[in-house]
Formats: sequence, C-alpha cells, structure tokens
Amino acid sequence: MASEHHTTVKEPLIHITKNAAMPFWKGLLIRATAVVAAFLFCSLLAALFIGANPGEFIRAFIEGNFGGGAWSLARIRIWELIKGTAILLIISLAVTPAFRMRFWNIGAEGQVLISALASAAVVYYGKGIKQEWLLLVLMLIAAVAAGIIWAAIPAIFKALWNANETLFTLMMNYVATLSVAYFLVIWTKDKNGSSSLGELQRGHLPSFGNTYLVFTIIVLLTTAFMFVYLYYSKHGYEISVVGESQRTARYIGINVKKVIVRTMILSGAICGLTGFMLVAALDHTITVDTVGGRGFTAIIVSWLANFNPLIMIGTALLVVFLNLGAGQLATTFRVSNAFPDVVVGIVIFFVIGCEFFIRYKVHFRHKNRHAAGAIHSGSDHGNDQENAAPAPAIPDKGGKLK
Amino acid sequence: MEQTEARTVPLALELKGITKTFGTIRANYNVDLDLKHGEILALLGENGSGKTTLMNMVAGIYYPDDGQIFVDGEEVVIRSPKDAFDHKIGMIHQHFKLVDLFSAAENVVLGVKDGTKYNIKEVNERVREIADRYGFNIDPKEKIHEMSVSQKQTVEILKVLYRGADILILDEPTAVLTPQETSKLFAVLRKMKEHGKSIIIITHKLHEVLSISDRVAVLRKGEYIGTVNTSESTESSLTEMMVGKKVSLSIDRSEPVNTVERLVVKGLSGVNEEGLKVLDDVSFSAFGGEILGIAGIAGSGQRELLEAIAGIYSPEAGEILYNDPKDGARVNLRKKTPLQIRELGVRLSFVPEDRLGMGLVGSMDITDNVMLRSYRSGFVLLNRNDPKKLAEEIVRDLEVATPSLKTPVRRLSGGNVQKVLVGREIASAPSLLMAAYPVRGLDINSSYAIYNLLNEQKERGVAVIFVGEDLDVLLALCDRILVINSGRVTGILDGRKATKEEVGFLMTKSDRVGDAETKGGAA
Repeated sequence: MASEHHTTVKEPLIHITKNAAMPFWKGLLIRATAVVAAFLFCSLLAALFIGANPGEFIRAFIEGNFGGGAWSLARIRIWELIKGTAILLIISLAVTPAFRMRFWNIGAEGQVLISALASAAVVYYGKGIKQEWLLLVLMLIAAVAAGIIWAAIPAIFKALWNANETLFTLMMNYVATLSVAYFLVIWTKDKNGSSSLGELQRGHLPSFGNTYLVFTIIVLLTTAFMFVYLYYSKHGYEISVVGESQRTARYIGINVKKVIVRTMILSGAICGLTGFMLVAALDHTITVDTVGGRGFTAIIVSWLANFNPLIMIGTALLVVFLNLGAGQLATTFRVSNAFPDVVVGIVIFFVIGCEFFIRYKVHFRHKNRHAAGAIHSGSDHGNDQENAAPAPAIPDKGGKLK
Repeated sequence: MEQTEARTVPLALELKGITKTFGTIRANYNVDLDLKHGEILALLGENGSGKTTLMNMVAGIYYPDDGQIFVDGEEVVIRSPKDAFDHKIGMIHQHFKLVDLFSAAENVVLGVKDGTKYNIKEVNERVREIADRYGFNIDPKEKIHEMSVSQKQTVEILKVLYRGADILILDEPTAVLTPQETSKLFAVLRKMKEHGKSIIIITHKLHEVLSISDRVAVLRKGEYIGTVNTSESTESSLTEMMVGKKVSLSIDRSEPVNTVERLVVKGLSGVNEEGLKVLDDVSFSAFGGEILGIAGIAGSGQRELLEAIAGIYSPEAGEILYNDPKDGARVNLRKKTPLQIRELGVRLSFVPEDRLGMGLVGSMDITDNVMLRSYRSGFVLLNRNDPKKLAEEIVRDLEVATPSLKTPVRRLSGGNVQKVLVGREIASAPSLLMAAYPVRGLDINSSYAIYNLLNEQKERGVAVIFVGEDLDVLLALCDRILVINSGRVTGILDGRKATKEEVGFLMTKSDRVGDAETKGGAA
C-alpha cells in the first residue's frame, strides 16, 4: 500500500464537479427553494433585530401587499402591487433587448426621467393647445423622442467609436436628473420658494375602471410585443446573434452597428412610453424622484428573468412584493426604511447563489474509498472531455450592476 | 519469459485500474498501462478517448478516483506536479507554459528548489550541457518571445530534463511542428531513449506512431484496449483498435473534370489590427471541379485570405474576381460585405476555422443555426419551418448525434458541431466552398465523412478551397496545393506529385535566420 510518508493523506471532505443539463422543473424547484430559504432567513433577521416574531413577519407581508381585513383597503393595496409591478416590468422590458445584445445599458433611469420631463414640458408650455387629445399625442411624441435621443447617443458612440456604453449610459442619468432639477427651478420660480411643481391640471390619460387599469393593459401589451419581437422576429434573431458573437454576425452579413443603434432606439422608445405614462396616467407631476431608482432595479429584474419577457412578469412581481411587504414591516416596527432594500438584497443574493447548485454538483467524501486515497487536486474544471456547462440562467459576462 | 524479466527489472511505470470521472462523463475507466525502462511507448486514441486525462493523473494535475500507480515497482501517490517530479516524472503539455520575457535558461530554472544559490551562469552551463547531450539546438540565453514554436517546445523538454526526469510524457508534441521539425524531435527522443529515459508520446497520428515507438497502448472511449508491439502493427490494425471497427483510410481522389476558372485572386495584400503585413501579394486561381489545398504554418495568412474572399476581412490592395457559372459575368468581391456578395448572386460558402465563434452561435439550437444563412427571407417575422426541415435533413444525412433539434450546438461534440456547420454551408448549393481546418479535433470517422463531403462537392463542379494542417491529408485529398508562408505564396504544387518534404520546405523556407540552421540540418 501507500509508502510510509503518505499515511496521512485523505480525500477532501467535499469536492465540486460540473453538472450536466438539468430538467426545467428541477431548476425551478431549486430556485423556489432559494426564495423560501431567503424568506426564512429574513424572518430570522427580523426576529433578531427588530423583534418581529414570524407571525408578525408574515402578517406584515400580507398586509403590505393585500391589505388586512376590509375589502376596500385590500383593493387599494392590490392595485398598488399591480401598479408597482407594471412600472418595474415595462422598464425591465425596455432594457431587455439591449441586454440580450450584451449592450450594458444602465441608463434606463435617465431615459425614463428625461421622457417624463419632455411630457411635462409639453403640458407646461402647451397652454395654448386647446384640444386635450392633441396635447396627449404631443406629450407622447415628445416623451418617445426624448427617450430615443437619450438612448441613441451612447449607442451611436458605441457603434462608431466603441465607446464604453456602461459609463456613457450611466452618466446620461445624471444629465437627466439635473435637467429635471433645472426645469423645476424655472417652473416653480413664482411659487414662493416651493420647489414642487404640484399636480399638472391637464394632460391626463383618460381612464376607465381602476385608475391604473389602462396603464396595466398597455404594459401587458408591451410584454406580449416584446416577447414576439425577441423570439419570433428577424430583428430579435439578429439581436441574439450579435449578443452571442459579433464575429458570427459579421460572417453572415449582419450590420452590427445598425443593429446596436436600432435596438437602443427601441429601448429608448419604450422608456419614452414609460415616462409619458408616469406623467399622463400615474403621477400627473414630475420630480427628480419620479423614476425612483426603478431604472436600476429593472436591470436586476431583467437578469433574474434570464431576459425572457414572460418570466419577467414573475420577477418584477417578486421584487415589488418584497418591497411592499418589508416596507409594511418597517412601518409597523418603526425601523429604517432601508429595511426593504435589505430584504430584496437578501432574496436576490439567495436566488443568484442557488445558480451554483444548478450548475455544479457537490460530492461528499465516500466512506468506501480506496485506501490509498489522497488529496484531490481540485482541478476538475476545464477538462477537454467535459461538455460545455449548461446555459447559465444569469450570464456570467457583464460585470457589476449598479 | 515476460514474467521473469519483470521480476528482475521492475517496470518504469505501471498503472492499474485507473478511473476518473468528470460529472457524468467517464474520462478513464479501469485503465492499465505499463512502461518499460528505456522504451518509447505511444499512447494512441481518438480525441476524447482519455489519453491526456490519464497522463495528467501521472503528472499530478488530476487525482484518480480509483486505481494505483507504481513507479519502479513501488506504489506511489501523486497529488501534485511536484510529487510527480519527486518520482522523476515530467510532462510536456500541449500548451506551453513559459514566461515570454525570460530566457530559455531562466524558464528552465524557474520554480526549481534544489537548495543551491541561484547562479544564472551555472544554469546556462547546465542547460547547454543537457542540450548538447541530447542534440538540442538551442541558445540558453535566447528570450522565449524570439523563439519559434519548435524551440519553445525544446525549452519545455529541457525544463523536464533539468529537473531530472527519467519518465517523459509528451502530449501531442508534433501537432505544432513541420515535418522537418518533427523528424528532428524524433531524433532527440531516440537519443534520450539510448540514455535510458522512458518516454510516453501521446498522439493520434498513425505514421508517427509507427516511426517512433517501440510499443503502442490504445485507449478507446476512456477504456484500455491493449498494448501491441509497433513492429507487429500496421496503420489499419491500429485504426481498428482505436475505432473499434475497420475503417477505410484511403481518400478517393477523382480526376478533375470540366474545370473552369471560378475565382481569380490577384495581388492581394493586407495588414492586421497591429499593422503587420498578413497578406503579401497573394495571387492564385481556383477552379470549379477541383480541390485547392492551402498549406502553411498556423497564422501564415490563411485565415485572412479566406476571410477576405468571404468579405469579412478587408485587404488593402488587390482583386478578388469571381466568375459567375451561370452567365460568365465577372465581379470583384473586394470591399464588398458578406451581404453584398450574397446579393450579387455569388454562391459562396465558408466553413470558418472558429466554428462556435464565427460559423455558429453556440447557445442556439440546430434549427436556429441552420437559419443563419436564410433568416432574411420572409417579412418581419422569422420563418422557422424551412430551416427546421433542413436541420432534420442535416441531422439525418450527416448522422449528427444530438439529443434533439432543440439542443444548443455548443453541447454537441466537436464532430457533430462541424457536421451542422458543413451541412448548412453545403445546403445552399455553393459554387465556391471554402473550409478552414474542417477536421481539426474530429475523430477518424467524422474526418472521413467531411473529406467525402468535400469530394462530393468537387464532383458537382464546385470550386473547393481546403485549408489543412495534416500534410498527409492535403496530399491525399487535394488536386493542387498552394503553400503560404508569412502571407506570401511560396509555391503551388500538384497534389498528386508533391512530397511532404517539398511542402514542408516551402512552408518554412524564408523564415527568420535563427531558424535556418534547424531547417538546414533537416532538409
């Protein structure tokens, strides 16, 4: 057997190997387990640090999202949940085509905000327009144009001079925020120091049923459109090819520059639509916080859904659900309103972390191991025998978010 | 007789029941192997048969799941490359691990812990001494980045010898060498054998096995098939062991008939991104009904040449003239994009070297990959019906092994990926077909399937351009062979009359001065 100086060698306690492809339901099960585990972990944190017992924890989530007791209150809460989900969903849809192309547009925040500003400007300066419908059409056109301009500038720089789109789109956000601040100062000059614009009296999108119903329907139509566009249209196919390999795209004669600019124009247009609706259908005003960071949250929502518009409905709902539930908990127990962010962060951490268990398999030391076992080299990966790893749910390219 | 001999002289290396798995893939299963002192053992097997994995376990890169390793008759545990060196085992990997800015001797001594003070003069001296003993042609003070591939390989071998290895493992050492360099390497290996070293050489090239080895051990799909004496083997007996069935190793080469000039390249020159000249006044013609082979050391401009014709790379000067087989019209393809070339009605198909990085989209399934060439038909929305039918045909006719049409192509094995690519390119009924290294990494059966497809296209009157690396195949398949060397055409030979030495000489003849000596010695 092993010579005397090797008597202490042992197989390591665990070692990790790559997993072959996994059936869909199994992957789903692992992800669902991760969400549940994250929830348990959050409730533990809540119990330890803010003294909320698990019962109160769950109640806060139910109340925060569905209201408690009275139906009238419940209906308001549920519509808030739907509205929040719809806003986040449509911004997520806007960033998705670019992401499928591996164009890291983190400027949705600014693109939506500048569009909202353009809509509000039409109302502010368009006092002479008598017809309400004409005003709305002009608001929409102005918003979409602003969104397109904000998105196309970095795209053109990327296409022509390979400028880094991540930094470029990020910086465009600040320009948008400061533009809003600038115009708010001008518009509120004669309001004796109040920097708030107040409700715009005109330019309201007509509504029927619930206030948010029209908006929700438009978002659902956009979702369906985006799904078909990405999976069944020639443009969507070109986006996938460019995203996977620009060399393949050139090889089959796709004009890569054109696809980059065209796709960002679409992103910008959807951001424009969102900005228009924030002003015309939801808020009827504008502040620097009109978008409120949702342009960034949308990036996470889109990635978590693996850039699939239909799955995105679920991931957007999850994020909003967590925010509202944790927000309620923070209100009830009077803790910092950063608490919802902590909860969302923990859940996302668990969901992304569980990808490890989808891609890799963990082996524990076998008991009936050959006597001369020794330390495993740990270089299981990258072997030429091995099949490529299963398609990652979260692509590993792209670096950090936010 | 073997028994008594084994008792008196223990084997240099013996493996018993070695097993290694990666996830669900069994790379090695219950493999036995023995290596005698002072012999050259060829380890033969197709791609993916587990040769490299097995040797990596001997060299301490991997640790086996099961099995035993004996050195000089004593069981050992090899957990790291250092353990391997302690047992006087050294491996020369396919991909060199050298520091470019260091000299040969500095690379050799890097990481050696022998307790003595570092003295570069002594190291230079010892490296020179080892080089002289085995007949290496190398200057210990030369920097790695100034060296040719074969010199870098020499440094890798010196590294192992310097550490005192008695058992040397070489992983496909000839893959990067010209015929002249290969024969030089073999001479060195024979000399090492005379000095009592035991050598394992991993390869899948049969003629090399027959010329260099004493015995041949064969692996197939991770399992040990057996060991035979080289003197008692032939190419076909070894192939049968390797593949598991009889394979015809001849390539049918029909006489070209009705050849017409399809493509005329005139004075093509171009630079790469760094501004270095990669194509230098390249001129040639390709005829319909023949296979034109392109031979050259990797990176001599083959890729740029084909990409220039396909409209992907834009050369600085010259003409690429295409004669339309239908109306005889002549068009210049230079400065046209792939789409413009297609719109001109030029039926050009191109199987690029980088299959998953250029020819296909790895994450897409077979249907969507087949669609790459045809997706533009239809209005706004994609039509997946016709591509799906074509994908089914390719899978059926070319015997693509795939779980389904929905499987992303990057999950397929190399041979099947290539069949999908070649199948798609042939499906568009080309009049000019270019294929760059189409059998690289493919097993014997798949390789011959590809050769047959190319021959079929030739017989249909297609002008085929085939960039290859295996000179035996180029000489057996091609009607004419164009040799390219540092972006220049150094000769166009008749494929039926040319010899390997001629081609090898043209591939390297105008190389840098430092290489001239090596070449002179062999030629």
